[in-house]
Amino acid sequence: MSKMNLKTMKKTTKSNLITYAMVIVIFAVVQILVATGSMSSLMQGLLVPLCTYSIVAIGLNLCVGYLGELSLGHAGFMCVGAFSSAFFTRCMENSPMNPTLRFIIALLIGTAVAAFFGFLIGIPVLRLRGDYLAIVTLAFGEIIKNVINVLYVGKDENGLHFAINDNKALNMSGTGEMIIDGAKGITGTPRQSTFLIGVILILVALFVVFNLVNSRSGRAIMAIRDNRIAAESVGINITKFKLMAFTISAAIAGAGGVLYAHNLSSLIAQPANFGYNMSIMILVFVVLGGMGSFRGSIIAAVVLTMLPEVLRGLRDYRMLIYAIVLIAMMLFNWAPAAITWRQTHSLKNLFAKKTKEVQ
Amino acid sequence: MAMLEVKNLGISFGGLRAVDGFEMQIEKGQLYGLIGPNGAGKTTVFNMLTGVYKPDDGSIVLDGKDITGKKTIDINKAGIARTFQNIRLFKDQSVLDNVKVGLHNHHTYSTLTGILRLPKYFKVEAEMNEKAMELLKVFGLEDEADYLASNLPYGKQRKLEIARALATEPKLLLLDEPAAGMNPNETKELMDTIRFVRDEFDMTILLIEHDMKLVSGICEKLTVLNFGQVLASGNTSDVLNNPQVIRAYLGE
Repeated sequence: MSKMNLKTMKKTTKSNLITYAMVIVIFAVVQILVATGSMSSLMQGLLVPLCTYSIVAIGLNLCVGYLGELSLGHAGFMCVGAFSSAFFTRCMENSPMNPTLRFIIALLIGTAVAAFFGFLIGIPVLRLRGDYLAIVTLAFGEIIKNVINVLYVGKDENGLHFAINDNKALNMSGTGEMIIDGAKGITGTPRQSTFLIGVILILVALFVVFNLVNSRSGRAIMAIRDNRIAAESVGINITKFKLMAFTISAAIAGAGGVLYAHNLSSLIAQPANFGYNMSIMILVFVVLGGMGSFRGSIIAAVVLTMLPEVLRGLRDYRMLIYAIVLIAMMLFNWAPAAITWRQTHSLKNLFAKKTKEVQ
Repeated sequence: MAMLEVKNLGISFGGLRAVDGFEMQIEKGQLYGLIGPNGAGKTTVFNMLTGVYKPDDGSIVLDGKDITGKKTIDINKAGIARTFQNIRLFKDQSVLDNVKVGLHNHHTYSTLTGILRLPKYFKVEAEMNEKAMELLKVFGLEDEADYLASNLPYGKQRKLEIARALATEPKLLLLDEPAAGMNPNETKELMDTIRFVRDEFDMTILLIEHDMKLVSGICEKLTVLNFGQVLASGNTSDVLNNPQVIRAYLGE
């Protein structure tokens, strides 16, 4: 009996450990490539965005794969996290605060603000069923992006000034400086994000989601996904656990945004980085990597972000091939014939066959 | 005092009076049957007892506590657990985890404790595993604890649903057609299991069933529902010999 339990625990623990190990191995390989100079500066520039996308994909996977709710606004949570943290960093830039401590506080602020917005949106929307969450989160992402584009915040010796017209409406004294300059965004944020910080954040995000999923709350969340009526009948508070999962998911996306913001000296809320394009891209990572598989999300984020850059030499055919790869990956992951083929041709089976032949 | 006392219960869906003036009284430890032709309103009564539907009139009192119109969660906490006519398991979770979800409100730790893996997490999880395995043993499911719930054969899925309901430590267990789709052997085994559950857990059980062999075999009292109204009520043998009941089931 206890043996049986040990076995199940081992199975999930083993799978989780493989994922942690995979991230660390990728990190080590990249470090070696960088040290030996065999990685182009273009690729090196992609490393932090890669970590960002992986983190946001992990967050979204919690929402889509485990809670079973479709969110099309995770770029919005990322945006909120990015701007709130960059805002804090810019405000504190001239204070004598230790930069590392400042970054950690910025990280906490970005995560908390994204969580707050996730909570706020979740309260009305998660009570509904069906596609409402997808629609509302989609709208949220667009609204946040547009609000930030008309937001002006400046700082002078009298404190902070806010306006939503233009920077003249701030009425600042001559010595004041702009922090958020409308459509020009936040400029001059110190670039503190590194690949190492990105990898650490991925590991922390994985730690949070793995431990959440394999706990009492995680089981409740999955029970709601599998059968809402049955979950209610055994006394699970549906709204509470839906809200909790969604808030944690948004918070993780916000942490990804913090990493993103501190990688750019000029942070602008454009459709390309915080619009629905980004939300859909993250969703593509989650779906192709396998809903419910955090490891798959990371792999898909890495492969699909690198691919357009690797294919850059092919010029016009680049996006065509990208599309073909997407379709091929989808077929490989989900087509019934491909699933049977994978089961019969898995490495484990090949190995088992060989050992049988030897015997 | 009765374990469950239902008085003048009624509900309408639009112009349809689905259940009207329903009365029932179940004593502690009783095995009670609710029977009736298809569409008589049996499952609707279950749904009102468990808070899925709010009754339009009448009252439901469980063990001296009024639970009329309360939410499903609160009714479960008050002590009613149920199974479903169409099995509703958590398909993508293991058999063991299905029961552990049932233990949700009795073995608790905070989400943060779970994420940070504090010592309390390991302590409570060990308790849960032990309790869940005990329940699985009662239903002979201990060897399948690791299986996905959807991979269990039909009869075992029904048993797992009962095990999950029992995990919530109810005072009253509602079984909605537990023998549906079972062959005579499985039904016989199920009868023994239901009796065993009643004796072992000192449980009060109310069940809906069409299989007359099962009903006459284990139920001590019956209520017959026809077109949303109580047709007859009383001791099993009396009710089953009631000419009105025979007419409702077999026609003129």
